Amino acid sequence: MTINAIIEIFPVLMQGITITITVLLASAFFGYSMAFISGLCRLSNNIVLRKFTGFYVEVFRGTSLIVQLFWLYYAIPILFGIELGSNWWAGVIAIALNYGAYMSEVVRGSILSVANGQKEAATALNMSGFQRMRLVILPQAVRMMLPEFGNYLIQMLKATSLVSLIGMTDILYYGDILRSNDLSQAPVVYLLVLVFYFIMALPLIWLTRKMEQISKKGVAS
Amino acid sequence: MNNNSWSWETFFDAFPIVIQGIGITLGLTIACYLFALLFGFVWTLLRRVPNKPFHWVVTWIMEFIRSTPPLVQLFFIYYAWPMIPVIGVTLSPFTSAVLGLGIHFSTYIGEVYRSGIDSVDKGQWEASRALNFSTRQKWTRIVLPQAIPPTVPMLGNYLIIMFKEVPLASTIGVVGILQMANNYGAQHWTYIEPLTIVAILFLVMSYPSAILIRKLENKVNGNFNKKSALSTMEKGGAA
Repeated sequence: MTINAIIEIFPVLMQGITITITVLLASAFFGYSMAFISGLCRLSNNIVLRKFTGFYVEVFRGTSLIVQLFWLYYAIPILFGIELGSNWWAGVIAIALNYGAYMSEVVRGSILSVANGQKEAATALNMSGFQRMRLVILPQAVRMMLPEFGNYLIQMLKATSLVSLIGMTDILYYGDILRSNDLSQAPVVYLLVLVFYFIMALPLIWLTRKMEQISKKGVAS
Repeated sequence: MNNNSWSWETFFDAFPIVIQGIGITLGLTIACYLFALLFGFVWTLLRRVPNKPFHWVVTWIMEFIRSTPPLVQLFFIYYAWPMIPVIGVTLSPFTSAVLGLGIHFSTYIGEVYRSGIDSVDKGQWEASRALNFSTRQKWTRIVLPQAIPPTVPMLGNYLIIMFKEVPLASTIGVVGILQMANNYGAQHWTYIEPLTIVAILFLVMSYPSAILIRKLENKVNGNFNKKSALSTMEKGGAA
């Protein structure tokens, strides 16, 4: 009986997988970009830039993702007359800005934790500020960021489930439809949805462990 | 009916209504947090059972819970429990939220406890054994006094994270500030003002507490400046 139910439910849930994965990939891309941009901006000498990105980081870390998502989805089009294009973009932008803010702290912390002697040595070798960052500091800092980036990727995967709340047809959305068609199926449906997410998380968990190993070797401290 | 721009009138009209939900939001935060604190302890105990397969199973259950979305777990508990033949109880939205979010975060908090215990130097265990301390004495006199302080800032962090995660419960009908704002939005056809109020309320409450936690962290780091197992997880916030 349960086996039949699973065979029935499985293909329906599969329909939502494209949305979940595209949202994850896009928000990971924009999130990491945001993290680097704002992480570097917060270390800049320009006080306006520093304060502005500081404000962004505090706002997005201080409120919850679901509030930001609703706010972007309902308020932005009205407030600024900007159409974000679709709810897909609203979801991606919300997740990217939220996790970008969290990860910018990782970027900032890792850059700051590169040993001071490295910066001094680079300066002694007459490198320009840009060269110093590109050739000496970032290659070491990025390694330190890797495990955290992997953790946040798993967090972003979990966060993609929220886009079903703004009407996107992801896995959870199809799960909800199945449940409303047949209430007694609820346990099997949601358990399967959870298993789906877990299966998607498994390679990310593995990747994070790999990244931990990479970051452990070859960082001068 | 559809408002196309920001209106302060609506803002001040919505404010007293939205803020009515704050009691529930705070209550739910505390209830979930206490549940997670207690249940996290269960994970820590289970992981200390010296049996390889058991340890493996517990580790994977924890991994499963922490790497799947809390929103789905919430739905699972709220919609599934009444349908499971043997159990068949209907839980209120509030109780479901406490269980769902509480269990999700207990896996994180269990890790915090574990890393706190791991941060106690091995020599301390050996020394207390050499001094012939009983198991109880070992824990209460030696291990716990050293294991607890470094976990305090992280536990504080999770309180803030929990607070920001609690609006998820509005999806199963817990009437906190977010649900209040959504109701107001649906009635008056304007979501900007009520949702902005929610955002401001979250900022006003979570930002000062985040600063407090940072201060606490610095204080603890000053007292315990040895490298602890905590440092690797310190930044690992939750969704």
